[in-house]
Amino acid sequence: MKIVVMCGIGLGTSAILKVNAERALERLEIEASVQATDVAGVRSVAADAQVILSSSELVGAIGKTNADVIVINNYFDVDELVAKLAIALGS
Amino acid sequence: MSLPHLPLDAITIGAHVDDWTAAITAAGDALVRSGAATSAYTDRMIAVIHEFGAYIVIAPGLALAHARPGADVLTDGLCVVTLAEPVDFGHPHNDPVSVIVGLAVTGADDHLQFVAELANVFNDPAVIPALAGATTAEFVQSVFA
Repeated sequence: MKIVVMCGIGLGTSAILKVNAERALERLEIEASVQATDVAGVRSVAADAQVILSSSELVGAIGKTNADVIVINNYFDVDELVAKLAIALGS
Repeated sequence: MSLPHLPLDAITIGAHVDDWTAAITAAGDALVRSGAATSAYTDRMIAVIHEFGAYIVIAPGLALAHARPGADVLTDGLCVVTLAEPVDFGHPHNDPVSVIVGLAVTGADDHLQFVAELANVFNDPAVIPALAGATTAEFVQSVFA
């Protein structure tokens, strides 16, 4: 399973989202790799991803994808990540 | 490795700003004052928001100002600016912003540990309101120690 976190420049905010997504996955007991990318790289990085996590500001930049796109409002709220990932991943 | 040291001169309490550009500039000024970056980095932090929008408002009331590594980053650095009056950045959920954390990193790889530490600090939901209400730089420094 592959999860992609995307921010504008691929560091900073996406790295925070990556850290907390990994904490949420651990809580859900789901094995997945979480990879950070930027707007420019999302199409290639997310080609084989199940889920893309990002901000509402950026989802329009993702374009066509087969992945589930999840908008995260509070990057520090692991409960929000757990709830949204649980729905997307059906666990 | 932990967070870059947060010196007192990288902390601004109760800045008066009219808009988000001025708020980011206050964070850039704090990074310049503490020797982490030059003013060119401030311009690049603002450019990120012009290009991609207010996504850097990553939690209610909190903006994470940053840009890519570059020649204008002198050393890894962190700064904190609190605003006397919150300002809107244009984020649909997390406006208005009253705390700006500025981050300058020299390389993309070694910043991962910093942000993991930042996540540890801010995963406590009491921290943003506590910082917003801080009255001394020493208190802010203690939150990140």
